[in-house]
Amino acid sequence: MYDAPTQASKLDQTDIKITANNVQVYYGDTHAIKDVSVDIVDRAVTAFIGPSGCGKSTFLRCLNRMNDTIDICRVEGQIKIDGEDIYDRRIDPVQLRAKVGMVFQKPNPFPKSIYDNVAYGPKIHGMTRNKAELDEVVETALRGAALWDEVKDRLHTPGTGLSGGQQQRLCIARAVATKPEVLLMDEPCSALDPIATAQVEDLIESLKEQFSVVIVTHSMQQAARISQKTAFFHLGNLVEYDDTNTIFTNPSDPRTESYITGRIG
Amino acid sequence: MTDATHEGAKRHRSLLTVDAQTKKRNAAEARFKVYGMVAILAGLTFLVVLAVSIIRSGLPAFSANMVQVELTLSQEQYAEAEGQLFKTRAYADIFNAAFTAELRERGLTTEFDPESIERIIGQPGATIRSFYRANEDQLGQPVTFNLPTASRIDGYFKGRLLRENVTDSRFLTLADLDLADELKEAGIIQSQFNWTFITGKDSSVDNPGGAGLGASVIGSFAMMLVVLFLSLPIGVAASIYLEEFAPKNRITDLIEVNISNLAAVPSIVFGILGLAVFIQFAHLPQSAPLVGGLVLTLMTLPTIIISTRASLKSVPPSIRDAALGVGASKMQAVFHHVLPLAMPGILTGTIIGLAQALGETAPLLLIGMVGFVAREYPDGLVSAFMDPNSAMPAQIYTWAARSDDAFYEKAWGGIIILLVFLLAMNLLAILLRRRFERRW
Ligand SMILES: Nc1ncnc2c1ncn2[C@@H]1O[C@H](COP(=O)(O)OP(=O)(O)O)[C@@H](O)[C@H]1O
Ligand SMILES: [Mg+2]
Repeated sequence: MYDAPTQASKLDQTDIKITANNVQVYYGDTHAIKDVSVDIVDRAVTAFIGPSGCGKSTFLRCLNRMNDTIDICRVEGQIKIDGEDIYDRRIDPVQLRAKVGMVFQKPNPFPKSIYDNVAYGPKIHGMTRNKAELDEVVETALRGAALWDEVKDRLHTPGTGLSGGQQQRLCIARAVATKPEVLLMDEPCSALDPIATAQVEDLIESLKEQFSVVIVTHSMQQAARISQKTAFFHLGNLVEYDDTNTIFTNPSDPRTESYITGRIG
Repeated sequence: MTDATHEGAKRHRSLLTVDAQTKKRNAAEARFKVYGMVAILAGLTFLVVLAVSIIRSGLPAFSANMVQVELTLSQEQYAEAEGQLFKTRAYADIFNAAFTAELRERGLTTEFDPESIERIIGQPGATIRSFYRANEDQLGQPVTFNLPTASRIDGYFKGRLLRENVTDSRFLTLADLDLADELKEAGIIQSQFNWTFITGKDSSVDNPGGAGLGASVIGSFAMMLVVLFLSLPIGVAASIYLEEFAPKNRITDLIEVNISNLAAVPSIVFGILGLAVFIQFAHLPQSAPLVGGLVLTLMTLPTIIISTRASLKSVPPSIRDAALGVGASKMQAVFHHVLPLAMPGILTGTIIGLAQALGETAPLLLIGMVGFVAREYPDGLVSAFMDPNSAMPAQIYTWAARSDDAFYEKAWGGIIILLVFLLAMNLLAILLRRRFERRW
C-alpha cells in the first residue's frame, strides 16, 4: 500500500495546500475510503483517477465537507488546509466552502440570470459593498472563466439557456467569484462535447495560476494533459500518488499500470 | 425465437409479410387501445350526465318570477298601519287592495278574489314595511315594488308544478293558475335573473323565494381565509423542516407515516375533534367560521404537507449542491433556490387543498354550521369570523333537507355556484403553475 511520508518527501514541502492523514469514509457500513493520506500542492492541478466507484468523488467531497450533507456518511482522520483541521469543531462548513469552491459533474447553474448566478456567492458572503463592485466581481469571474465575451451582452438572460460547455464555464465562474483558494472539480467535462471540453481544459490550465485545482476525471488523457500531480484510486485505496509524468510513464504499482494501460476500470 | 436459430436458412425474410408473433403483439396493442378508449368514454359519459343533470336542475334557481307593482302609500296609511298590532298584515292588506284595484282597472277578464292575490304573491307585507321604514321620504310617491311570487306559482312557471297535479286547496286553486297565466301574459309577472339567490341571505322555511347563498358565501370565504393563513405557513414550514433539515430516523419516519395517514382520515373525525377541542374545550362560538376554518385547517394540512414535500423532492439535488458549493448555508440554499422552484407545486397543492376544504360538509355538521339558518350578513370583520354563519356546502345541505321543492331547486343552484368556485380555483392553480414555470 501507498506510503505517505516517502511520497510526500518528493513534493515541494513549502507549497502544500491540503494535507490529508489517514482519512476513512464510511457510508453506513460501506467503507468507501480506506486510510488515504495525501498532500495536495498549491497552484497546481492534481488529478484523481481510477475506475468508477473507487471513491474519487467521495474523497473530493471530503475536502469541502460536502459529505456533511449525506446523513449516513462518516468521515474519520484528519484533513488540513493551510494547517487548519477542516473537521475541527470550530470550523463552519459554510465558511470552508467559500474558501474551497466546487464544480460539479453536471453543469448546475441556478435557474436565474447569468449575472445572478455569478453574483450569488459574493452577495451571500457580503464581499461587495455596492452594485458597481459587484458588477466588477462578476465581470472578473466571467473573464476568469473565459466566458465574458460570449455572455457580456446577455448577462440578464437565464443561465440555463446557455450551451452545456458555457453552462459549465458559468459554474466555474460562479465558484471563482467567491475568491476561493482551492477549486474542486468532479468530472467537470463528462457532460461536455470535445470542443467544450477543450475550452474547459484551457480554462483549468489558467486557473492553476491562482488556485490549487483538484480534478476528478475518468479520462486518463485529460489527467495527462492538464495535471501536474496524479492520484490513482482503486477500491477506496489510494494506490499511487506522484507526478503525473511518473504515473503515466513509470508507475510503481502494478495496479496503476494495468489501469493506465486499460486492463482494469 | 425459432427465426433466430434458422437465421442462416432464412436470410431474406421479407418485411412485407407480418409474422405470427408481430400479429399477436399488434392485436394485443389494438385491444388495449380499445379498452382505454372505452374507459375514457365511460368516464366522459358519467361526467356529461352529471353536468347535464346539475345544470338542468340548478339553472331554474337563477331565475325568479317576479311581480312588478306600483304602489303609493300615503302618510296617513303609514301611520295607521304602524299603529296596528299586526303591522305586516296591515301592509299586506293595503297592498292587496291596491293591487286588486289596479288589476280591475286593467280590465282583467278572469274573476278572482283577494285571497288569490295573496296566494300568488305570498306575503309582501314585511318587505313593504321594511322599505318604508327605511325610506320614509318615499311616502306619498309612487314606488315600484319587485316582489317574488309564491313558491308554488314560481314552480308552476318553471315546470316544477304541473296543472294536473293541482287540487284546489287553501294554498292554491286552479283558478289561481288561470289568473297567474293571465298576469304573466300581461307582463305583470316576469321571469328575471335572481340576484337574491346569489347575494341574498337564507330565508325562513316558508319563503323560498327570498333565499340566497350570499351570506354563506361570506361564511365560506372567511373559513378559507383562516385555512389559507394557517395551513399554508404551518404546512410549508413543516414540509421544509421534514424534507430538508430533519435527520432521517425512526421519529421522522413515524411522523411521515402519520401525516400520510392523516390525509386519509375521514373528515367527520376532524369535525368531532373540532367540536371537542375548539368548542367544548376552548369555548369558541358554535357555528362560527373561525371554528370551521380551524377544523378545515387540520384537514387541509396533510394535503399541503404532502404536496409541498413532493414539490421540494422534485427540485433537483444539484441545485442544493450548487448553492452549498458556493458557501450558502442550508437555509439560504432552501430559501433562495429550492423554495422558489418548488413554489408552483406548493401553490397548486394549496389551492387544491383549499378547494377540497371549500366543498367539505361533514365536519361542519358537527360544529353546528349545517342547519344554522344564515338569516343575516355578518356586520363587520370580527363578526365574519366569530358570529354563527353557514357555509356554501352546509347551506346546500340545509336547503336539500327542507321539504319544499323550491328549496330543492336552490340546493341544485347552490351546487352550481359551488362548482363555479371550485373550477375557478382549479383554473387559478393551473394559471399560477404555468406562470411560474414559464419564468425560465
Ligand atoms: N450517497 C451515497 N450513499 C451510499 N453510498 C455511496 C454514496 N455515494 C457513494 N457511495 C459509494 O461509495 C463508493 C465510492 O463512490 P464514489 O466516490 O462516487 O466513486 P467515484 O466517484 O470514484 O466513481 C461507491 O461504492 C458508492 O457506491
Ligand atoms: Mg464520481
